[in-house]
Amino acid sequence: MSAIELENVYYSYVLSEDNIIKAVRGISLKIEEGSFVAMVGHNGSGKSTIAKLLNGLLVPDYGKVRVFGMDTQDKEHIFDVRKSVGMVFQNPDNQMVASIIEDDIAFGPENLGIEREEIIRRVDWALDKVHMLEHKKGTPFKLSGGQKQRLAIAGIIAMKPKVIVFDESTAMLDPQGRKEVMEVAHELNKEGMTVICITHYMEEALGADRLIVLNDGKIALDGKPKEVFSQYEKIKENKIHVPLATKIAISLDDIGVKVGKDIMEKDELVDKLCQLL
Amino acid sequence: MGSRFAFGQYYPADSLIHKMDPRCKILLTIAYMVAIFLVKSYLGYLVTAILLFSTIAISKVPLRVVLRSIRAVIFLLMFTLIINLLFYKQGTVIASWWKITITWQGIDYAIKMLFRLTMLVMGASMLTFTTTATELTDGLESLLYPLKFIKVPVHDIAIIMSIALRFIPTLVEETQKIMNAQKARGAELDTGNFFKRVKAMLPILIPLFVSAFRRADELADALDARCYNASDKRTKMKVLKFTLKDYLAMFIVALFIAAICVDAYAFGGAYVDTFIYNLIMGA
Repeated sequence: MSAIELENVYYSYVLSEDNIIKAVRGISLKIEEGSFVAMVGHNGSGKSTIAKLLNGLLVPDYGKVRVFGMDTQDKEHIFDVRKSVGMVFQNPDNQMVASIIEDDIAFGPENLGIEREEIIRRVDWALDKVHMLEHKKGTPFKLSGGQKQRLAIAGIIAMKPKVIVFDESTAMLDPQGRKEVMEVAHELNKEGMTVICITHYMEEALGADRLIVLNDGKIALDGKPKEVFSQYEKIKENKIHVPLATKIAISLDDIGVKVGKDIMEKDELVDKLCQLL
Repeated sequence: MGSRFAFGQYYPADSLIHKMDPRCKILLTIAYMVAIFLVKSYLGYLVTAILLFSTIAISKVPLRVVLRSIRAVIFLLMFTLIINLLFYKQGTVIASWWKITITWQGIDYAIKMLFRLTMLVMGASMLTFTTTATELTDGLESLLYPLKFIKVPVHDIAIIMSIALRFIPTLVEETQKIMNAQKARGAELDTGNFFKRVKAMLPILIPLFVSAFRRADELADALDARCYNASDKRTKMKVLKFTLKDYLAMFIVALFIAAICVDAYAFGGAYVDTFIYNLIMGA
């Protein structure tokens, strides 16, 4: 069964009568359970709107969003939907409710009415998963951005969702913090969690099973990252970048250094260049 | 940065008082604050001081830290002292000039008022020194629980308080950043008269508010994503529990209040005072 299914979804922000932003315009999409999906797109391509549609923070104007068969428009199931699809946002500071780390992690499970012993177990488990167990009793104020964002992840996974959505969760972090968060995301995916990672760092999209490029509220490209990034002209049309290594490879290729245009990773490029020497 | 903000200053230490149930501490603090207004004699203040200073000693909060809490209200203390001293009309007049009269009773009253306010502030600050913000909100939520039956959203109030406390450091940091940014662009924040300074605050307040609202928006989404209000049967990870030390503390405070009441009402608070008064007057 697919974890999340979007069926011809439309969504508009109505700012005033004659100022309507059509953020999502007819998206159909199935996300398989256990997969790692990256979504990229330039600003205003509708990627954050899609994120909010996935767990019922927004409901489609037209079309259906189904999470494990549950319609997000169905008010009766809304908390089951949110319990199944956890979401990590952009600013780690704006996701914390308590001044003590373990209290913050416990917030989600407490809301779900889980019994006390189980909450205590889950708090330890979640903090261990994001490698922050030693900070359990501390406060989040002195931590780095990457550490705070990992706590936000712990707060979400303590609810044991089946899907976790990262809505540009690395956008405010330094390279080290980005790396930490992406490592945690991949570890969670290896353990069977479905990960949907919305980002504008192409390097983060490389590790995904599937890459979806959005443009003007529609799906422009969809496939394995390698396939998508090799369509250089189309990528350019959609106003996004290719990873740096690919860009260098393509430029080299154009001036006659035959390294091939399908290079994604830095190491791959280095290997190819060494072979040519 | 936080030291300038006296509000909610927690002093971490490993003591019996720190480990007490926050509900017990809140209730006993209220009881203490009420009782201190019943005290009528110097003997009563001596008893109060013994209770207060032994609490401070047990809590392992250094005395100088507790005394720092008075510094915030020192102006108020001095003001009350002087007003009482100069304008108290009844009693034996010592000196009189124009509308000002100094009487023995005035001195007596002013000193007692000083004792009362000082010990009031010190006692109340002991609550915040020994209780974390989270414990305080948990305790208040639990104490206000009965109000649920008249449809007061107790849990929402507790969450609001908890979030407010949690965002103080974040917003302080943000204010600091905005101030630096405005200063870097030539804003003069510390010069000029009162009105000029207030006006200079505007370019700080507006971005601060805009950002606070944006934060609130994101926080609302984050709360929803974490299933806030998902269940009526919300559970708690940390369960508050009265233990022996809480009962003991309640017993001690009850004794204290009883002693104060006996002194104030049975002896009219005058037993020792009359003695002192007579001594001074050399009667």
